[in-house]
Parts: sequence; structure tokens; C-alpha cells
Amino acid sequence: MTRTMTMDRPDERRRLDDMSQGLVGRPLDRPDGPLKVSGTATYAHEWNVPNAAYGVLVRAPFSNGRLRRIDSAATEALDGVVGVFTGEKFLRNPAQGGADEAPVQGTETVQYLGQPVALVVADTFEQARHGAQNLAMEWTAENGVFDPEAQAADAEEQEDETVDQGDLDGAMRAAAFTVDEVYRTPCHNSAAMEPHCSIAEWDGEDLLLRGSYQMLNYNVNELADSLGIDAARVRMLSPYVGGGFGSKLGIAPEAVAAALAAKQLQRPVVVALSRQQVFDMTMRRSETRQHIRLACDADGILTGLGHEGLVSNLPEEEFAEPITQSTHFLYGGANRKLGIDLVRLNRTCAGSVRAPGEAVGMPALENAMDELAEKLGMDPVELRKRNLPDKHPEEDIPFSSRKYTEAMDEGARRFGWSERNMKPGQLREGDWLIGHGMAGASRVNILSKAEARVTMGSDDDGVFATVETDMTDIGTGTYAILSQIAGEMLGLPMERVRTQLGDSEFPKGPGSGGSWGASSSGSAVYLACEEMRAEICQRLSCEEADLTLKDGDAIAGNRKTSLAELIGGGGQISAVGRIEPGKTMKESAQSSYGAYFCEVAVDRVTGETRVRRMTGVFGAGRILNEKTATSQCYGGMSWGIGMALTEELVHDLRDGHIVNRDLAEYHIPVNLDVPQLDVVLLDERDDWACPLQSKGIGELGLCGAAASVINAIYNATGVRVRDYPATLDKLLDGLPD
Amino acid sequence: MRPFEYTRATTTRDATRAGTDGATIIAGGTNLLDLMKLEVMAPERLIDINRLGLNAIEESGDGGLRIGALVPNSDLAADRRVRKDWPVLSRALLAGASGQLRNKATTGGNLCQRTRCYYFYDTDMPCNKREPGSGCQARGGFNRIHAILGTSEQCIATHPSDMAVALRALDAMVEIENAEGERRSIPIAEFYRLPHGTPHLDNELHPGDLITAVTLPAPAGGAQIYRKVRDRASYAFALVSVAAIVTMEGDRIASASLAFGGLAHMPWRDDEMEAVLVGATPSDDLFDRAADVLLKDAQGYGHNDFKIPLTRRTLKAVLRDACNVGEPA
Repeated sequence: MTRTMTMDRPDERRRLDDMSQGLVGRPLDRPDGPLKVSGTATYAHEWNVPNAAYGVLVRAPFSNGRLRRIDSAATEALDGVVGVFTGEKFLRNPAQGGADEAPVQGTETVQYLGQPVALVVADTFEQARHGAQNLAMEWTAENGVFDPEAQAADAEEQEDETVDQGDLDGAMRAAAFTVDEVYRTPCHNSAAMEPHCSIAEWDGEDLLLRGSYQMLNYNVNELADSLGIDAARVRMLSPYVGGGFGSKLGIAPEAVAAALAAKQLQRPVVVALSRQQVFDMTMRRSETRQHIRLACDADGILTGLGHEGLVSNLPEEEFAEPITQSTHFLYGGANRKLGIDLVRLNRTCAGSVRAPGEAVGMPALENAMDELAEKLGMDPVELRKRNLPDKHPEEDIPFSSRKYTEAMDEGARRFGWSERNMKPGQLREGDWLIGHGMAGASRVNILSKAEARVTMGSDDDGVFATVETDMTDIGTGTYAILSQIAGEMLGLPMERVRTQLGDSEFPKGPGSGGSWGASSSGSAVYLACEEMRAEICQRLSCEEADLTLKDGDAIAGNRKTSLAELIGGGGQISAVGRIEPGKTMKESAQSSYGAYFCEVAVDRVTGETRVRRMTGVFGAGRILNEKTATSQCYGGMSWGIGMALTEELVHDLRDGHIVNRDLAEYHIPVNLDVPQLDVVLLDERDDWACPLQSKGIGELGLCGAAASVINAIYNATGVRVRDYPATLDKLLDGLPD
Repeated sequence: MRPFEYTRATTTRDATRAGTDGATIIAGGTNLLDLMKLEVMAPERLIDINRLGLNAIEESGDGGLRIGALVPNSDLAADRRVRKDWPVLSRALLAGASGQLRNKATTGGNLCQRTRCYYFYDTDMPCNKREPGSGCQARGGFNRIHAILGTSEQCIATHPSDMAVALRALDAMVEIENAEGERRSIPIAEFYRLPHGTPHLDNELHPGDLITAVTLPAPAGGAQIYRKVRDRASYAFALVSVAAIVTMEGDRIASASLAFGGLAHMPWRDDEMEAVLVGATPSDDLFDRAADVLLKDAQGYGHNDFKIPLTRRTLKAVLRDACNVGEPA
């Protein structure tokens, strides 16, 4: 049985609201939580594969040019070394998210310092690492291009991103108030706790790859295409992922290298990246230069809006950090100019890192809005409210559901926003200068094609259900929410639903990325359950509207039947649900929204900034699990604090190599940098989004968060930092002596 | 990691003799193991001194304290006597690393930490400290965390320890035993080296030398402050740190001992600057004059230029606190 739904019209039935089990939305613990905290959830590197050899990748020590020769003789002679591998099938760049085919391959051409060029395999990890650290190479280096702004004249316009509407220059000239500023954000790395790892094991021509990946449906094809084999020969397992944040969307070099070596050695090969290699060889977020122009009349109504950016990537890569993604629809202004230019650099590949687009685009826009509010002498909340368009300002379509105003109002109320001092530099406690700032949040909503299979059977304890999909749980709570949806629809308690993920042989979904996973795979589970309910109705000869499923019983009319009995011993009811995006994606503007309110203390002597409290209020449609959704927002806001204050992937401008390649010097926030965060989730149903009425929430907590911190720093000190992050050196000149 | 031979010392003589034969001493290993994994350091032999005792904190006859080389940082920071009479040391220790690292890191090992210079850590980059004569990439590269005092053409690295900065302000002595069984005690002022033309040498330890203890003189009293300025609230090395011990007599400064981290290849101290302070009445003018002396030869290399004004500001704030004077209106 299969039930397919194409999202061509809003689903106003809101069927989850009619159910009786009471699981969806509740702050339930993750079923996988005890496994993770007790160390029994098996992450990629933890599979005990007999007779495995260990491989360590070797980086190119030059920035651009040709690798002429690898002299492996000395390395091959080392204790335990069983092989040195290189060649045209090695990945030069990691695959972009959703690539679905091999990325750029080959070790002869080197385009960035840190590019993987060889794999040394040995009996033990330590032997392999020693061999890798001492592999001799010969190369011819060429001049490279390392400084994005120095190359701006050669940038390529991303025509699909360009909007040129009305006359922005004219609007700027005629405006009562304007902001015309350039904001810069540095490169970032996903910096997931678990470094990338793959274990490749062949059985004849069949490859089993245990890896740490976010999107198996695509990863299988990327891996097979890279190896030149049929995708049907590849199975991937990725049941637990220790954080992805975009860096595990596409296949990475260790997977292909492990598969190539394992094939030749006829023995399983384990390849894990070191932390330094994660920085060198997996996706970076591009640095951005963002020129924002705002024009408004005397009442603060926007008449013009410009958001033009410069981002970078390697030659042959299409990805351009989509910084204007939410700017297209968030605020009005008839005269608009938006665009993204892409410059080609010899730096590590740029791709999706934690909320690509809005993570860095929204802060720039929200800093500029703060600057405009100040010029107007207007509450920045009020300025934003005045500029919410009735419909998409560039396309003639309505908004699906937008809780932006409610988020700002609720946040302001909880935070005590009206009591802040609007004039900067006024509030002081000892050496601390205190400031308050706010910013909006927006992240576009995406639904992707997904399938899931749900099977109901019975055992000695009664009826149970199993959910199967190749969807992943990257720490987000997928195991919890899919079980909740199935339990809700089928009238089963949580402990009677078992969700199995991360096996490419299960029904295919879009994986975890772009905040689409919960709605997409959740809808597939929901549809499978709808089909199963129809089957139950048929067996009970009742109408769907009259059926109640609760605690393992089916109730129809005044008759109660045990589901176990209905299914019968050894029997089962099983269905596949399939959701497909449809017209609602194009006929409505869908986004999740929110607002941040932040209090900072800046040390007036040293310029050190500490976030003292932060409130985030978010509207993301139906909340599937309040606890896991709140945790996602905590995470996003923590990244926002890091982005505002410390996080910066530094490249040496002489050769493009990444300078701070470890977590001692790449400063993500530590516990002491993050105060108790206050997160509120608004009650919302978005009928245009999916049959669950839910929208993406995974990345929303980050999409503008940093701006609230930066705006608060301005309120504390009177210093506008437009060059992220606001490290203390950027504040010193503006602080009192 | 290069294959290496591992031996456990049961006597100090085992350790010092092995050192003479080229072995590298390992205690907590919190820095050495990382460096070995990256092959920044690739010793052929390790001699483990963890079973040597050397883990007592004892009162010495002169009112001072003798701290065994193997006393963990966390134990030292928590010691009641240290907290009461040498509080700057406790504060400096707690400002460093993380709880887990402090549990493992030792007193002697902390003194021997290597620099955190990014280029020192990357074996594909030239570095005179790692590979003498290969060059210094930090000078013309990204040098936000680098030194502004006492640098050389060959090296602009800083020493990363917090503990050593406090010890420098406290005039601690480092007790060393060599392979002949001779013990010597050298002031911490003479323990560290500036980079000059030999940046690969961090200190005055010679092959066969083993740090057995650090001794503190009798308590100096006064106000004791450790102020560490860094990029995040915890788990970051100092951009600038100041260890200050200041005593007052009436409204005048009777003594001032100030040591600085994050500025140089060693914990930095400036006698001339302290002479400006001693005997004078605290004021912002005085503190500025002290900062002028401290920073007269300071040189930034681009990304670390901010350390010059930051040091001045931090020094002044620390002196205000230590002398208990408010800011000028």
C-alpha cells in the first residue's frame, strides 16, 4: 500500500489536531538519548569491523598547481603500511549538498592547500598517520588567488539571484533617512563534534559504507558515481551522526578513499579525518562582503532596499552563499536591488554550513535595520512591523503563515524591551557597559520529496509499529518526532513505536539539511499512517471520521477493538507514505520567523563582551516535539553568539591555507559564553507547508541571532561593528580611556 | 606520530640519565602528546616521570612553599595555603585550560608548554622554533596572538602559560636536578629565554635536566590580582594577562611586582616600570607613565597591534584595583 500526496494546495484538514494519543508536540525525551549518553549508540568510527586496516589522508602542501609525483617507496617501507593510494577517483572537493553525482575529482590538479591527494593505509591508525605525515611528493606550484576583495572586479554575477526593481539610487536620493553600509562576515566551518569518518567494506562487487552522513539518498549516488560503479551496488549505514551542520550533506573525500583502498586491499578500511583535516577538506562557509542600502520616508516606511554581496568559491563550483535568501520577502520597499557576485579563489571548497544564506545574510540586514531605526529615533521593533509587506514584494504571491509580529511582541514582553535605554553607552555596572539589542529571524521553508514505510504488527506485549526511512538523525531529534507522528496517528504509546533510520535500503527521503527533514520525512510517515488507518477502517467497516485510535485500541462508534486482535497473530498492516512538493511552494512565500532580544555586558577596559541573557521567540508552524525543537533553537542561538563574538576561520592571504585549524584557536562558544537562553515556540499551523502544518526549525535559531548581539554591543558602547566577529580589538578605539 | 620507545622512571636518576641519552620527559602529556600526534615534536624516546612522587606541596622553613613538579594544576589551585597566601597563583591556574586539563597537567609540565603559534603547529609551514633555519611565517602572516615585546627576526611566538606569569610575579624559583645528581635552583626570571637567534630553545633546561619542584618565597601580602584578557570566556589563551602583587604604605606604593602573559616569548617583567611605581602615589598619570616604560619598545606585526593599547588599558585597570583607587572623574 502506498499513499502519495503532492502539496498542490493548502491542507486545511489539520488531521493531527483530531488525533487522541497526545504525542505530537509534547516535550518527549529522545528514544536515542540513553544510548548516546551511555556510549552505546554506534557512531561511524565505532563499528567493530574485523580485519580492518586504517587509512589517513594526506593533504597537498601547496595552494595551486600540479602534483607531479608521489614517491611512496619510503612510506610503503614503514612498519605496518599496506598501501599508498592516490589517483583520478579521489575527491578534489567534497560534494555539495544534493549533488547526487560525483564532485570534482582527481589528485593531479591541486587547487587549495589542504586538498586531499593520497591515502596511506596501515594495520593500525598510528602507523597510517605516521606514513601520511611523511609521504614524499613532488609538485609544480603556480600562483594562486587568495584575497576575495582584491579579485572583486573579476567576480561572476549570479544571474538567478539578481533582482533589479524600480530605481534604488533614486530612492536613496529622495529618502528622508538612509543606511548605506558594508558588512563583512568571515569564513566559518561547521565544526561538528564528530569528525568525518567512513568504514568501507566490500563483498565482491558490493560496497557497504558505514559513514557519518546527512543525506544517504544522494550520498549513495555520489559515492557510486565517484567510484564508477552502479548505485545498486552501494549500501550506506548512518544511524547516528555526531553533528552535521551541512558538512556531511555531500560525500566527503574519506568515503571515496576508503572505498578505493578497501577494494584493492580486499579488506575493510577505516578512514577518519583529524580535526585539522575537517577544517582543510570539508566545506567552509564563504566569507561575505554585503552592501546594504535602506531608504525610508519620514515615517520609517521603506522606499528602497539593496542587498548586494560578494562571496567566493573554488573554480568549477557552483555554490554561492545565498545571502539574500530571506531579504527577498522579509521587508517591503518598492525599489529593490539584490544580487550576489562570486569570486574564484584557491581556498577550501565553499558550501552549506549551518543555515547557508540567512546565517550571515540576515545579521547584515538586521544590523542595517537597527541603524535605520536609530536614525529615525524609532523602536526597532516598530520599524520592522511597519515594513512587513502584505504579499511577497518581488513576486505576486501571498505569505503562507507569518508569525513575525507575534514573535517580536512576545519577545519584547518577556525581555522587558520597553525598559531599555535607547541611547547608547548609558548603562554601566562597575566596569561593565550594558546594552540591549534585538533582531528578526527568518529562514525559508522547504519541503522535499520523501518516502517512509510504517508497519504495524503484534507481539506478546500487544501491537507495535516500526518506521523505516533512510532519513538521518544528526542530533536533531528525528528518532523522537517520527515515532511521535506514527504513535499519534496509530494510537500507540511511544514505547510501542520503533523508528529505524540511516540505512540506504530503507524508503528514500531527502535526509537532514536545510531544515526540511522533519516536515518532509514526517509527512511521509503521516501519509503511511493515513493509509494504514484507511485499512483499519475497512476492516472495521467504519468511516475515517468515526475512527479513534488510542493506546492500542481502535474505537469506532461505540465499539472498541484491540489493534493486536485486528491485525491478528503474525499479521501486519504496512504502508509506504510519499510526500512530494507541489504548487504551494511556488504559490506562497513560506518561511519560519522569529525574533531575538539580547543583553550584553562589554568590559569598558578590555572590550571583552559577554552575553548576559537572550530571548528567542519562534514561529515554525506546528511544533512536533517542544523539547527537541527548543534544543535546536538553543543550538542556533549559541552559534549566533559565537558568530557575533568569536567565530572566524582565518586564511593566510599569502597562500590561502587555513591558519586556525583546531578548536583551541577556532573559537566556537564554550559553556561560559552562553547564558541561560530563553526560547519560546509560538503556536502556529502552516497549511501551505505540509500535511503536518509544520515548518523547518533546525536552523531558525541562528538566522539573525548574531545581529541581536551586535546591536546590543552598539547600545552598550556606541560602537557599530560591521566586520564580524566583534572581537575586543574592534571595540577598543571606541571605549572610554 | 613517530614510533617511540617508552620507559617509566622509578628514580629521578632514571629520568635524568635517560634525558642525557636523548629521551624526552613526559608527565601529564597535555601538550606533548598533541604535538607528537602532529609530529611537531617527534621524540624517539619518552621517559615517564609520573611514578616519581614529586607531588607534595610542603611548607619550607623560610615561610615559603615547595611545590613538587608533579603536583597537578587543579590540586595546586585548590591548595588552601596557596589560596590564602599566594592567591595570584591560584587565580592564574584557574584562568587556564579546562577542568579536565588542569587535573592532568603538572606544575613542571606547565612551565614547559610550547607556544600556540599557528605556524609552529602546522608542519607544512616553515617555523624556526620547530625547524631552526626554516623561517618565520608568523611575521608576515596572521599574527593576532603573537608577541609585541622581546621578539626577534627569527620568532615572534608567545609563551602560553598562565601559571608561569603568576610565578614570575611571585619571584618563584625552579628547582632542577641533572644527571650527575646535582641540584640547582634558578629564579624563574632566568629560566626562560627570549627567542633571539635560537627560538627552538624555550628555556634553560639542558638534556638530563629534570624540574623537581617550584619554590615560592614567603608570602608578599598586598593585593594580588590575575587579569586575563581573552577572546572567549573560557578555554582560550591570553591575549594579554597581568599578574600583579602590590603593597601600599599609607597612600604610596611600597612594592609592585607585575608580570605579563601574551606579550612575549616568556612571562614578561620590567624592573624599570616597577621602579616608576614604587614610592609614588597612585594616579592615572602614574599608571600611564608606567605603561609608557613597559611599552616603549613594543612592536606590533599587524594583526596584534591592538595588544599595545590593550596592555596599557589592562595594566591601568589592574593597578587601579590593586591600589584601590577609582578612575578619574
